[in-house]
Amino acid sequence: MKRLTIDFTVGVFVLIGIICVAFLSLKVANTSNISNASNGSYSISAAFTNIGSLKITAPVKVSGFVVGRVTNIYLDPKTYQAVVVMDINNAYKFTTDTSAQILTVGLLGEQYVSLQSGASDTYLKNKDKITLTSSALVIEDLIGKFMTNINNKQ
Amino acid sequence: MNEKIINFTRQLGHPFAEFILTLGSIIRLLIDIILNLPFALKNIFLIIKGIHFCGVKSIVIIAVSGWFVGMVLGLQGYNTLNRFGSISVLGSVVALTLLRELGPVLTAILFAARAGSGITAELGLMKATEQLDAMSVMAVNPIRRLIVPKFIAGIISVPLLTALFIVAGILGGYFVGVIILHLDSGTFWSQMRDSVNLHDDVYNGLFKSFIFGISVTLISVYQGFMAKPTAEGVSVATTKTVVVSALTVLALDYVLTALMF
Repeated sequence: MKRLTIDFTVGVFVLIGIICVAFLSLKVANTSNISNASNGSYSISAAFTNIGSLKITAPVKVSGFVVGRVTNIYLDPKTYQAVVVMDINNAYKFTTDTSAQILTVGLLGEQYVSLQSGASDTYLKNKDKITLTSSALVIEDLIGKFMTNINNKQ
Repeated sequence: MNEKIINFTRQLGHPFAEFILTLGSIIRLLIDIILNLPFALKNIFLIIKGIHFCGVKSIVIIAVSGWFVGMVLGLQGYNTLNRFGSISVLGSVVALTLLRELGPVLTAILFAARAGSGITAELGLMKATEQLDAMSVMAVNPIRRLIVPKFIAGIISVPLLTALFIVAGILGGYFVGVIILHLDSGTFWSQMRDSVNLHDDVYNGLFKSFIFGISVTLISVYQGFMAKPTAEGVSVATTKTVVVSALTVLALDYVLTALMF
């Protein structure tokens, strides 16, 4: 085979390989990291009495729309509450009386943080804390409550 | 009788000693190759020829196998997930399986069968027909001239072929899931993007295939270089390449998976 043909086919092969790698990195993998968003991000935190099985990188949603991600979870040693740190896209501002809730996708799906904006005039800034929180729904607790209700009625 | 027992006991240790000897000479060959890397870069065309042999000619088999593996994953995943009512995660099942395990492992095994055996046969035959000795007589270093270019070509080809395999597999899964079984195309891709992590899954998978590329090519080159210079020796070496490569890849895969994920 001629040298030119070999050079050409090898070039095509390497090109196909690079296109495949690019496809995997851009189309298949999750590159939409909020902290790398083009307009930057700010972080806010919220303390919950129970976070269920919330994990780092879980989405933060408003009306079902993803506005940020959970970047860190730690236990406050004084109050024994779990503090969830979230990175929020700079494009979205929330009032200081915003409330945070931990919800589940479907019945057994992954957990996420849902924010609901309030009516205040002042907005949350970087490193601010959300004070209105409600914890994750734990199925065992629900069943427990349900059982005691039934017993009370009888 | 006594003699027989002594001989038997001696032979028990023989395979183990042989294994250690082989390991030692493979490592010596690897060091030889690494020391000769700079010289091989002077003649780029030999490397390109190698890539043509083990990469370009493997495109079709890799793409077709990837496509069918993806289709099987899509079908099996669909049937199993359907029982739990969670067919929406089919996309991420197909993508993660291919990226983490099946892509690197199957590509390496197919590469060993398609290109590795070819490298071994070529080198073995050159040895049998005394071409290697002729080269040494002409003061041409066979490692520099023959082995290093093939080695570099294999290392470059395997990760690229793996990427091709994975993409073909994902498209095969897409074909079965979305076009034949009428899953929603948006759910398929978005579930995939939600669960696949660029660094953990894509880069680790390609790194795995890079390691597999090194080991498969090294084994093929070694078997060819060390083959007995007879027709039978070449055939034994070719078989050994495929068997040893497959075993090495599967064993290494466990170790790498345990380290990575």
